[in-house]
Amino acid sequence: MERLRVLLVDDEEELVSTMVERLRLRDIEADAETDGYRALDRVMASDYDVVLVDVKMPGLGGMELLGEIRKERPDVPVILLTGHTAEQEGVEGMRIGAFDYLMKPINIDDLILRMRDAAGRRQG
Amino acid sequence: MNQGKGLLAKLGRLQRFLLPPWWTEEEEPHKMSLRYRWLWVSGVLSALLVSLTPLVAMTVINIYEYQKAFEAEIQFPVQRQVSNTRRSIEFFLEERRAALNFIIHDNTFEALSEQERLTGIFKNMKEFFGGFVDVGLIDSQGIQRSYVGPYGLKGRSYEQQVWFDETVLRGSNVSDVFLGYRKFPHFVIAVKNEKRDGDFYILRATFNAEIFDNLLASIEFRPSSDVFIVNRAGVLQTPSRSNGPILSMTQLPVPPYSDRTEVRDVVDRDGHPTLVGYAYIKDSPFVLMVAERHETLMKDWITLRRNLLIFLIVSMVLITVFVLAGSRNMVTRIWEADLKRASVLHQIEYTNKMASIGRLAAGVAHEINNPMAIINEKAGLMKDLMMLEEEFPKKEKFLSLVDPILTSVDRCRTITHRLLGFAKRMDVRVETIHMDLLIREVLSFLEKESSYRNITIHLSFADDLVPIQSDRGQLQQVFLNILNNAFAAVKDGGRIDISAEPRGIEKVAVTITDNGVGISEENIKHIFEPFFTTKEKYGTGLGLSITHGIVEKLGGQIEVRSALGEGTSFVVTLPVQRREE
Repeated sequence: MERLRVLLVDDEEELVSTMVERLRLRDIEADAETDGYRALDRVMASDYDVVLVDVKMPGLGGMELLGEIRKERPDVPVILLTGHTAEQEGVEGMRIGAFDYLMKPINIDDLILRMRDAAGRRQG
Repeated sequence: MNQGKGLLAKLGRLQRFLLPPWWTEEEEPHKMSLRYRWLWVSGVLSALLVSLTPLVAMTVINIYEYQKAFEAEIQFPVQRQVSNTRRSIEFFLEERRAALNFIIHDNTFEALSEQERLTGIFKNMKEFFGGFVDVGLIDSQGIQRSYVGPYGLKGRSYEQQVWFDETVLRGSNVSDVFLGYRKFPHFVIAVKNEKRDGDFYILRATFNAEIFDNLLASIEFRPSSDVFIVNRAGVLQTPSRSNGPILSMTQLPVPPYSDRTEVRDVVDRDGHPTLVGYAYIKDSPFVLMVAERHETLMKDWITLRRNLLIFLIVSMVLITVFVLAGSRNMVTRIWEADLKRASVLHQIEYTNKMASIGRLAAGVAHEINNPMAIINEKAGLMKDLMMLEEEFPKKEKFLSLVDPILTSVDRCRTITHRLLGFAKRMDVRVETIHMDLLIREVLSFLEKESSYRNITIHLSFADDLVPIQSDRGQLQQVFLNILNNAFAAVKDGGRIDISAEPRGIEKVAVTITDNGVGISEENIKHIFEPFFTTKEKYGTGLGLSITHGIVEKLGGQIEVRSALGEGTSFVVTLPVQRREE
């Protein structure tokens, strides 16, 4: 199996950094980004298999970032992260092109499964 | 004793029919406030006033007018009959007096003194006039000079008799009825003629008093009438049916003189009110009287009046019953409408309150998600590191510390989910609901309490239970409310049975039965009414009222059965397909 390259975008530094560490422990090449605009630049500059985006962010919000990625890099699948109570946002995100959505707090194994799924879809 | 009870029960039924249902309620909120009592009382009074016043007035006026008309109707024929009879009697007397006058003026004293001549005249008198018993010629000394008749009275002296003096004084006289020498009732008509020398003589004829009987009998009076003649002193000149035999004193007072026929009310000696028609017979001592007792005369009227009064009383009773029942219905409807309005207002208030709490809950849930996610990841990372490290000191201990953190995060997730579910409950959203899942979901709220209190919850769902179209949040609230009540009713260690099964193809019934304290029959009547609570201090009295409202809104029904000390059973029936309202 090829090594996954993923980008995690969330304004909660503590959250993304921990997640990145946990993913790396599972042999996944993960980067973290806490700002929407910088995240967009990174996606444009490199080749990620999957991008994980939190819906609620200051500055460039999750939905806008999703829109931009769909426009600029339609080949990169996006998985949305929503609050556990905001299911509606996830559904809305899938309508405008998100591959899937996950509700916080997330289960790490579940997350990896979805990401592999998304990456596999991309290659397939 | 039993009869008394039966009567009381009947009165009770009557009271329930006529009085408002809450009239006898002692407890709030069903105790009728002064406002409704006043509304009822004023309604009853004004309706009775406007309906009974004209009825009573009409009846009183009717009775008065009828009585007047009736009396006039009785008086008129009496007056007419008396007048007619009076004319007959006057004519009879006048005719005979005229005949005697003609004879006495046509014949000299000497001619009439001749027995033969007088016999001839008497024969003609009897033949052409009738009624004569005898005739005699009396000289100015009062001695009967000649006589024709059955008694042989020639030579008798009449000087001492009243009629003689009267005749001398007035020229003619009709006497009272008297017995005289003959010992049978008769009366006398006498006329006087003066000779040229100033002396006079009198022609006197007598009539059997029975002649009056014939005269009176020929006139048609009502069968109950008493028709008779008295003289001015009140002595009966004919026998009277109810006033005594001939020549006795009448029971009735002699009416005052009048030259016309009169009808008046008098009281006889026995105190009976009597209607009397009378007429003084001209040039005679006679007074014709027709007497009839009021009670006989007014018999028809009394029957009529009794019927009128019965009609009045029956009408009054009917009107009163209708007014009472009508007023009861009216005030009950107003009362119910007021209660309903209050319930709706409070439901709106409650809904608003719940919506606010819902928004707050949603906000809290959202805000808690991020820190929870961080805790989740940090603890997850800790666990990852421990698992990867072979030689981690106190690995087991740390794992046993981290795992509860992760399960607690999971629990927090469930809590926020529920909070959000509670918030969503305010929106009406129809979705497919599996009743068994929904009930398990609601029960999850009560898991802790049931395990603390050792309450057994037994679930039984029919195999053919179909999913229904309804509002999840609202149904959750319905079952949560009912289950909360069930939890409050059972003792620790109690039991609650929940079952769901289809009712036909269109409905699903959920039955929740507890073995708690039960509800009294009196309280069950009010259980779905707003503000009714038995929880005294901490109940709002809104829970089951709102539950009832929601179930109705969802097109279902809710029923309750209970027995004190045995338990309570709520049955919620819901339509499978939601009908659009």
